[in-house]
Amino acid sequence: MQKKRKKSRLYEIWRQLRKNKLAVAALVVLVLLLLVAVFAPLLAPYPYDQLNAKLSFADASKEHLLGNDRLGRDILSRLIYGSRQSLSMGVVAVAIAATIGITIGAIAGFYGRWVDNLCMRLLDIYQAMPMFLLCVALAAILGPSLRNAIIALGVGTVPGYARIMRASILTVREKEYVEAARAIDASDANIILKHILPNAIGPLIVQITMGVGGCILAGSALSFIGLGVQPPLPEWGAMISDGRSYLREAPRLTIYPSICVMLSVLSCNLLGDGLRDALDPRLKN
Amino acid sequence: MEENLLEIRDLAVEYHTDDDVIYAVNNIDLTVKKGETLGLVGETGAGKTTIAKSILRILPPLQAKLMSGEIIFDGQDVLKLSEKEMRKIRGNRIAMIFQDPMTALNPIETVGYQIAEAIKQHNKIHRSEADKRACDMLEMVGIPMDRFDEYPHQFSGGMKQRVVIAMALACNPGLLLADEPTTALDVTIQAQVLDMMRSLRTRLDTSVILITHDLGVVADFCDSVAVTYAGEIVERGTARHVFKSPGHPYTLGLFGSLPRLNSTERRLSPIKGLMPDPTDLPKGCRFCDRCPEASEQCREAPPAGVETEPGHIVKCHLAKGAG
Amino acid sequence: MPALLEVRDLKKYFKTKGGMLHAVDGINFALEEGKTLGVVGESGCGKTTLGRTVLHLLEPTDGKIFFEGKDITTPTKNELHDLRAKMQIIFQDPFSSLDPRKSVSESIMEPLKLRKKHSKADMLKEMRELMDTVGLAARFENSYPHELDGGRRQRIGIARALSLKPKFIVCDEPVSALDVSIQAQVINLMLDLQEERGLAYMFVTHDLSVVKYISDDIMVMYLGQMVEKAPSDDLFSDTRHPYTKALLSAIPAPDIDDKTERILLKGEITSPVEPKPGCRFMARCRYAADGCEKPQKLEEHAPGHFVACCRHKEI
Repeated sequence: MQKKRKKSRLYEIWRQLRKNKLAVAALVVLVLLLLVAVFAPLLAPYPYDQLNAKLSFADASKEHLLGNDRLGRDILSRLIYGSRQSLSMGVVAVAIAATIGITIGAIAGFYGRWVDNLCMRLLDIYQAMPMFLLCVALAAILGPSLRNAIIALGVGTVPGYARIMRASILTVREKEYVEAARAIDASDANIILKHILPNAIGPLIVQITMGVGGCILAGSALSFIGLGVQPPLPEWGAMISDGRSYLREAPRLTIYPSICVMLSVLSCNLLGDGLRDALDPRLKN
Repeated sequence: MEENLLEIRDLAVEYHTDDDVIYAVNNIDLTVKKGETLGLVGETGAGKTTIAKSILRILPPLQAKLMSGEIIFDGQDVLKLSEKEMRKIRGNRIAMIFQDPMTALNPIETVGYQIAEAIKQHNKIHRSEADKRACDMLEMVGIPMDRFDEYPHQFSGGMKQRVVIAMALACNPGLLLADEPTTALDVTIQAQVLDMMRSLRTRLDTSVILITHDLGVVADFCDSVAVTYAGEIVERGTARHVFKSPGHPYTLGLFGSLPRLNSTERRLSPIKGLMPDPTDLPKGCRFCDRCPEASEQCREAPPAGVETEPGHIVKCHLAKGAG
Repeated sequence: MPALLEVRDLKKYFKTKGGMLHAVDGINFALEEGKTLGVVGESGCGKTTLGRTVLHLLEPTDGKIFFEGKDITTPTKNELHDLRAKMQIIFQDPFSSLDPRKSVSESIMEPLKLRKKHSKADMLKEMRELMDTVGLAARFENSYPHELDGGRRQRIGIARALSLKPKFIVCDEPVSALDVSIQAQVINLMLDLQEERGLAYMFVTHDLSVVKYISDDIMVMYLGQMVEKAPSDDLFSDTRHPYTKALLSAIPAPDIDDKTERILLKGEITSPVEPKPGCRFMARCRYAADGCEKPQKLEEHAPGHFVACCRHKEI
């Protein structure tokens, strides 16, 4: 046996993930979507708010590959620009939710007793309200805008992350290697960050990837009922909402953005599934 | 000569995983006579449990591949039976006890009910009759009848193992496979359980295959011994033969590794090295890399069994035949 | 010369629904440098709790602990920091006591890293020396625990415990999870290390035959109390307490001609929750008599041989 080359953990995860074809495809789709969002001004053939009354409800043509909406705006361009709003709603909202949730969950799980009790009872009250209604209420209070929708989604989905974090910490906390770390005088913060978090993070990463999908969906829903992105800024949910009045005459107005939402949400979920398997050390050879 | 209750010939089992083939059991022969207790000794990964599971045909169906062999129980080859016929044997004529009594019982049913269910599964009898027999079984393993309606969590580890044994013996099986039945128990409790199993064995005339890593338990409890190493049986014979004149270097090594109460030696003499990787076994003798007396011949060709004493078979090039 | 470690009337109680659980109930012992104290008992006798309490992984309920002559019962943060370097622990289960996400080298270097005294190069050098000391080949440096067998993992645990150069190590069933042939390798390694480094061990186990090999003194525990303590050979040749007798006789010897009579105990260990003041072994003891309902005093049967049984002279 030769001396083993040191491999990074990311590489290990990638090696495992590669075995799952669906997850790799999902990852590719997500990366493409991200690139589209980043390079939207370069990719979009027209500005998203260029009106053209002559082209109202125009069919697909060479100039406008996916046709035009009621105001004659190029649908493809609006979809491309819309990815920025939709994806950032998903990613930023989850980042907010996960940061708050992980912190609360870690503190509750590690310290236990009354700290745990306090955190969990607060979350119970939180969860007594349906998550989406809470987001709607928050968004309504803060006023409709992209930023407020993101805050509403982020704050509204905290409990899920907190509970998962707490549960994983409770299982990891009892492991002997945590006691072993204490025996060499590692501090609480060190134990949480170096030993507990890396071992408890698996289910969280899955929850996070799937949460991005969920937040894209919820963000679209907020825009759909007018509490999210405000016109003329395009967003997939808002586009679906705009198109729904003309479902019979011009179904593509709803179909294309719906496909975008579906594709991104599905990819997030498939990637989450793949990551769950890849992160399980028992499945490694 | 008493008749053989169980005869295993040339059994080989492999586990196939994504990228590897694990050679778990490699062409073993084994016999158990009626009323005999055989100790199957070996270390983790030597293939002991796989042998037991093959007899009951409860190997994981996706990975385990039966490569060759026959297992003749009471005149019929269990490997050739249909699943339906097998179900009549499993739990009824061959029963198995697992190592961990904590997980072998259903936590939401009373212990009495669980034993009665085991009886009803194989006998067309009335509920009350089954309950009565379950009570008898409990008494037999030394648990007072009035604990019939208690749940597993109300029992201690030793008591749970007694319940598991009662369940296994409920249908009066001809052969009992006991996979490390006392390993999870404290020594004083182990002594109680072994003592109870000993008296039950004579009373019910059950043959037992006791799987263990504890040579002390074997000396105490078994009539004959089979020593497994890397999927092979390297030595088998009566307990007296194997303990008094061990023939295989591995068996000798095991005895040398054991801390003994009655020795004054301050150091143990362990076997050097580790068991070979079961996906990549040496082509000669499986033990050659750890054997202090290995020669060129050992590395080249796998040794055949040599009968050093009547019924005492050693798989080693260096073993000398009797007479 | 004062003892390296001295424990006086140490108690550790846990609160449970049924009342106080007396896990460790008034234990006394002293351990000199380079010596081994074996602590034997069955599951639930408090031997693991005793080890943890001595190391301050659990806070003692009552009693005193002295280390190198200093009272360390209630150490300050800094004192504890220094103590952790001098007192270490080897865990029972080499499968759960290593962080599965850390490589062998990371696990061994972790204690050094936390001390922040060494440069990266020093730590690497130290780590390689440690691996060599415990007999781990250098090629395993970047392996992960799940890729190794139990014996090698236990060697990682030992290397880790040694890395801070301790004087005293609590060994909590370090070989119970290992196969016999590997067990012997690890025991020999621990004996060698003790000789080279003058380590003191507190060797906690349920296996009397292992403890005989490694210990100078053996303490037998039953339900949180010490029932007998004696120099290793004395305990086996002149067993006094009925429980120790039963325990010794229950071990099946790997010898076909062994005709030791097994003393079969009635029943099982009773609950350590709110125990009665008398002898805790009484309910299972075949010699139980009138005096046994009173608390049992520890008497010196022979020099260094203590028994907590009022009938130790007659039986």
